Amino acid sequence: MTEHSYNFAYLDEQTKRMIRRAILKGVAVPGYQVPFASREMPMPYGWGTGGVQVTAACLTPDDTLKVIDQGADDTTNAVSIRKFFQRTAGVAVTEATTEASIIQTRHRIPETALSAGQILVYQVPIPEPLRFLEPRETETRKMHELEEYGLMHVKLYEDIARHGTIATAYAYPVKVEGRYVMDPSPIPKFDNPKLSNSPALQLFGAGREQRIYAVPPFTTVVSLDFDDHPFQPTKAPHDCDLCGASESYLDEVITDDQGGRMFVCSDTDFCQTRRASGHIGALGVPVSEGDAA
Amino acid sequence: MTALFQLDDRPLLSVKGLTKHYGSRIGCADVSFDLFPGEVLGIVGESGSGKSTLLSCLAGHMTPDQGQVIFRTTDGPRDTVTMAEAERRRMARTDWAFVHQNPRDGLRMGVSAGGNVGERLMAIGGRHYGDIRAKAIDWLGRVEIAADRIDDRPRAFSGGMQQRLQIARNLVTGPRLVFMDEPTGGLDVSVQARLLDLLRGLVREMGLSAIIVTHDLAVVRLLADRLMVMKGGHVVEQGLTDQVLDDPQHSYTQLLVSSVLQV
Repeated sequence: MTEHSYNFAYLDEQTKRMIRRAILKGVAVPGYQVPFASREMPMPYGWGTGGVQVTAACLTPDDTLKVIDQGADDTTNAVSIRKFFQRTAGVAVTEATTEASIIQTRHRIPETALSAGQILVYQVPIPEPLRFLEPRETETRKMHELEEYGLMHVKLYEDIARHGTIATAYAYPVKVEGRYVMDPSPIPKFDNPKLSNSPALQLFGAGREQRIYAVPPFTTVVSLDFDDHPFQPTKAPHDCDLCGASESYLDEVITDDQGGRMFVCSDTDFCQTRRASGHIGALGVPVSEGDAA
Repeated sequence: MTALFQLDDRPLLSVKGLTKHYGSRIGCADVSFDLFPGEVLGIVGESGSGKSTLLSCLAGHMTPDQGQVIFRTTDGPRDTVTMAEAERRRMARTDWAFVHQNPRDGLRMGVSAGGNVGERLMAIGGRHYGDIRAKAIDWLGRVEIAADRIDDRPRAFSGGMQQRLQIARNLVTGPRLVFMDEPTGGLDVSVQARLLDLLRGLVREMGLSAIIVTHDLAVVRLLADRLMVMKGGHVVEQGLTDQVLDDPQHSYTQLLVSSVLQV
């Protein structure tokens, strides 16, 4: 299946070397956005060009790759990127979180706890958490340099003033190891606690914005909040209708135009694994009786 | 009894030989003065006389070519020109305040009035929403903005209200020195009068020192204790406000005073 006209993992060796240097610097300074010379990739910006470049720089022929998009292994974006690396690197792929050595993700952190040795690669659209408050890049860099992060709280203040509670539900700003304020990419704030003290290495790649940053294993990541309005991870107040899980992040699926809906785990691998081991939700059927999804 | 008359005779801000060139042109040249605690200094002059350049250099927005700006910080006098940028910026949001001529430059137009006032509090570590909001309401009251406008954006405010909001936003952290660049420019006369009244009250009440740049002699007559007249980047005359305005010595000052329309 591998097309030998490509260099391993598509990018040339000098480019991978350049990206690895940026990754190493990112790991050395957790949460700091390292500029890198992002390449044109054979896919549009917004499809994960940053994540793909980071993954390409980390891949070895022995790796097992998993790609997820909003938690699912079977959406266009995930399937395309998985096929891309199958063709250009010939690496093994999997849908099981536990079997993967590199997981490229868009908008979710897997429900299954990650383990030491795994690398989680995030696709990042806008790496700068202060962007919408302070449009000048020179100024935001200065603010990072001098640790002037009061403005981040102005955003949270505005949320409470308008909605009565911190309404930011995704891309919730975090402080890494007590120093840099970081945008954790548009993961739901439900996933924010999983960023902290993870045994896995977490890498973030923003292709269009040409930035790479990292959260090394066992790094403290704190979600910003107010003393009287503490951070709260939120999810839909339901159990998964397929596997019955109560602790996973849910997608709402509209089933008809009569107001019918069901809530299912956004992490498809997590849901499948649970159903395979006999858990059944309100609308689910046992796996042996056919595919309920 | 003695305490009442114990005046602080050490200057809060001491400027020595401040010079700024734009290429071969003079921005301001060899400006020196002392500003004492609780004192309001007016700087007047025509457009292009270097008064805004001077103010920018004093407030750290621009680096002067020569000279010293010595500010008496809580731990002794420091030259703000040579101090580290981090320290200067910290001072700019605690001990100093800067009121821009155009409120759009000094406010965040996309953020509510409460958020604008609260920003400096959060910048110095305020992390309690209730406290920040209570303080914002208190300050909106002090600048005569109704408490129910706290969640409105500055866009929805009139020019005078925007300017008052900018003042509240700057004074909320209790600065000791306020820089004002034409604070009443662009406002109509009745709004100007109210704003001046308010400023005078706040300056006296909080014991602020202020440097006000303006071309409006009526503003300095009302607010300033001392006056500096600038022309072509040089200070041509300085002294007590009433003395300078009533008995101008320099020919340019005489021209300036006689140019004011009498109604």
